[in-house]
Amino acid sequence: MTTKHTDHLLISQVSIDFPTPQGPFRALDKVDLRIEKGEFVSIIGHSGCGKSTVLNIVAGLYQATEGGVILDGREVNEPGPERAVVFQNHSLLPWLTAYENVELAVKQVFKGKKSKAEMREWIEHNLTLVHMDHAMHKRPDEISGGMKQRVGIARALAMQPQVLLLDEPFGALDALTRAHLQDSMMEIQATLGNTVIMITHDVDEAVLLSDRIVMMSNGPAASVGDIVQVNLPRPRNRVAMAESVEYMRCRKAVLSFLYERHGRKTVSVSVEDEEVQPARDNIVTLKPSTAKAA
Amino acid sequence: MNTKQLFQTLVAPFLGILLFLAIWQIGAPKIVTSLGAVPGPVQVFEQFTGLIDEHQAARQKEVEFYQRQEERNATALAEDPNAEVSIRPYTGKATFFDQIVTSIVTVMTGFVLAGFIAIPLGIVAGLSQTVYAALNPLIQLFKPVSPLAWLPIVTMIVSAVYVSDDPTFDKSFINSALTVLLCCLWPTIINTTVGVANISKDLQNVSKVLRLSWWTHVRKIVLPSAIPMIFTGLRLSLGIAWMVLIAAEMLAQNPGLGKFVWDEFQNGSSNSLGRIMVAVIVIGLIGFALDRGMLLLQRQVSWDKSAALR
Repeated sequence: MTTKHTDHLLISQVSIDFPTPQGPFRALDKVDLRIEKGEFVSIIGHSGCGKSTVLNIVAGLYQATEGGVILDGREVNEPGPERAVVFQNHSLLPWLTAYENVELAVKQVFKGKKSKAEMREWIEHNLTLVHMDHAMHKRPDEISGGMKQRVGIARALAMQPQVLLLDEPFGALDALTRAHLQDSMMEIQATLGNTVIMITHDVDEAVLLSDRIVMMSNGPAASVGDIVQVNLPRPRNRVAMAESVEYMRCRKAVLSFLYERHGRKTVSVSVEDEEVQPARDNIVTLKPSTAKAA
Repeated sequence: MNTKQLFQTLVAPFLGILLFLAIWQIGAPKIVTSLGAVPGPVQVFEQFTGLIDEHQAARQKEVEFYQRQEERNATALAEDPNAEVSIRPYTGKATFFDQIVTSIVTVMTGFVLAGFIAIPLGIVAGLSQTVYAALNPLIQLFKPVSPLAWLPIVTMIVSAVYVSDDPTFDKSFINSALTVLLCCLWPTIINTTVGVANISKDLQNVSKVLRLSWWTHVRKIVLPSAIPMIFTGLRLSLGIAWMVLIAAEMLAQNPGLGKFVWDEFQNGSSNSLGRIMVAVIVIGLIGFALDRGMLLLQRQVSWDKSAALR
């Protein structure tokens, strides 16, 4: 949103050690990242590289061993609603309805700031934003996985966070539901202009949603390996995007980082490449049919 | 419902009971004790109706007693308005049904009191590793002790501490209730602690991100999460409590079903064995009803209506 170059969120020289019986294990080493207000940043890397750890440190759920996180000039050292988290497996309270789940957050954040009627309006507004207004009074076990994740997003948005932290938010969903939620996320981002950090392992998702993609090197002692700037105009359309040169460039940059420069040491690079190649072909072959459908 | 289901849910249990009764009826007369032959189901049922008659007769006597007392006092007052009239309570022998009521009231008192102590303690121990470390050795030490071993200590302490000219509760009632309380504490504390300690990490993180206060955290997250485990503990407790109470009543001659059984045993009439068997069956039925009651309560309280509750 703002073009003003301020350090909205600064992740500065963050390292973290986890204690193990064999002594401390360095999971992250000197992670450095500056994020501007309204920016959508994805963090991508192989599983186990510590990308979720970065998010947890920003959320305040983990304490960095060295370095720190500064949000709008204040150091982060405990969790708080100004850094709302959308967890991978929705983390809704199963005994509360969608409405009540959001209400718990709203009551906590806006206690004494909003009247009862205003709170109700705000809860309903946020559930409408994620297209969940039709199932507001259903419990998590009565709605689908995608719907649960929508409620999780509504709960996070309702806290009016300065930074929205998404921890592989669509990872557990099927491809179609994931695409729907990605579209919703872009829509919300366009409306609210939140600063977002999203952890993902899906290259297409990262390119589609992000302004910047932060690629992490493999652990132990993982760090920021490289950053790809995604210069695609918004609003973005996933079908039209498939033809875009910039889209292909970003995608290739991420793939080559993940599979060529930082391929998993346990898996041979050639096998990984084979997996990647057909996926790229798929997009090319799909193009004419999807264009017709649209 | 298909035929197989019908057979399994209705016919099979019925056949099981029938078979049991048949073996009992045939086998029982073959064993002759000093109190006569062991009664079969038919004789036991006769004893049961006998106990009902006895109860009704006792109630009738009580009503008549109060009537006579009232009439006596009325005539005395009619003769002399300043006459001093005395109103005495009826002190008849407690019937079988009085003993049932006494036992149920006692077990529920001890059980509910134990719940009020054990659930908060379990929650605190589940939330705090330090409190758990402090409590755990005590729990491990006292858990295997038969509550009957506590009975003499409880009796001595109650008679030393509970001194009152006009006691609201009988000492025997307090002894029994405290013994029940002691045996209910441990399973409830342990299960509540486990339930609270195993709350999903994700929900704990939600609570942290929202900065819920301790009390809101307990109310909104801890309690609903731990409800199934708390109820497991409570049901275990109530089951043990009911068994222990009967034994305690026999041992300490405190009023209740246990005393009824012991009195009949000491009485040694030809009816005694039959009456004891009535008591055994009633004890079983009440134990079953208590457990079902807890299950119903759990269904009411628990958010997860779909969970299989057995």
